[in-house]
Amino acid sequence: MDKSQLMFWFLSALAVFSSLMVITRKNPVYSVLFLIITFFAISGHYVLMNAQFLAIVNIIVYAGAIMVLFLFVLMLMNLNKESEQQKNKYLLWSGAIAGGMLMVIMIAALNTTEPAVVNQPGAGDIGLIKNLGTKLFTEYVVPFEISSILFLSAMVGAVVLGKKGD
Amino acid sequence: MPITYYIFLAVIIFCIGVTGVLTRRNSIIVFMCIELMLNAVNLLLVAFSKLHHQRMLVLDAANVTAGTESQLFVFFIMVVAAAEVSVGLAIIVMMYRAVHSVDINFLNRLKN
Repeated sequence: MDKSQLMFWFLSALAVFSSLMVITRKNPVYSVLFLIITFFAISGHYVLMNAQFLAIVNIIVYAGAIMVLFLFVLMLMNLNKESEQQKNKYLLWSGAIAGGMLMVIMIAALNTTEPAVVNQPGAGDIGLIKNLGTKLFTEYVVPFEISSILFLSAMVGAVVLGKKGD
Repeated sequence: MPITYYIFLAVIIFCIGVTGVLTRRNSIIVFMCIELMLNAVNLLLVAFSKLHHQRMLVLDAANVTAGTESQLFVFFIMVVAAAEVSVGLAIIVMMYRAVHSVDINFLNRLKN
């Protein structure tokens, strides 16, 4: 087992463990912190698959911006205490069983005996900025501009919704 | 690594997200579980991008940009997720001001 395979198993275990912690912790602040760990593990997977740009963007956008937003909202609302009253126990169990069944069925359906092999680190530099930028600003320039409009409307929406007093 | 390992990892993370949405009541944690599901999909897209790139290189050595598209899709998913989070958290803040709770059961009376 070489180094990249070892990294794959380590990062996978980290991602699964910390995402389990996200949904089991009572205190929402711990959930946010474990979610950040999950995002770092997924960024590690991106690096292993030669998607360096996406790895950095994932860290900057998710772990850096979105999670800070979550933490700010939690802290502003003073929710960092274990205040969640428990839902009906049957509902809890049925939710867990439904999610587990979905997982079992999808894994059983997608399991093949001779899977294609993804070369880890391997050749190829499609994940570099030069390549992605060329594609983004030539072929995909219209979606890019539309996403800027999306951001503008999201910004306006957030400001309007968050404004105090109507 | 066989591609199925990546598929299984993404399915496991996705289903953890689904379970979180179904079982938790705190709407912020439900929101975080949605982020978790989006990330599982992103991981799978990147894995298939890598696989596709490898395959196309074997067929045609000059085709060095095959598989770029799915990485761009991941980029757009991140863009949409960021926009969604900003609006969603604003809605949660608004709900908290109205009912002083972020319990998901109160979301059925968003107005007033």
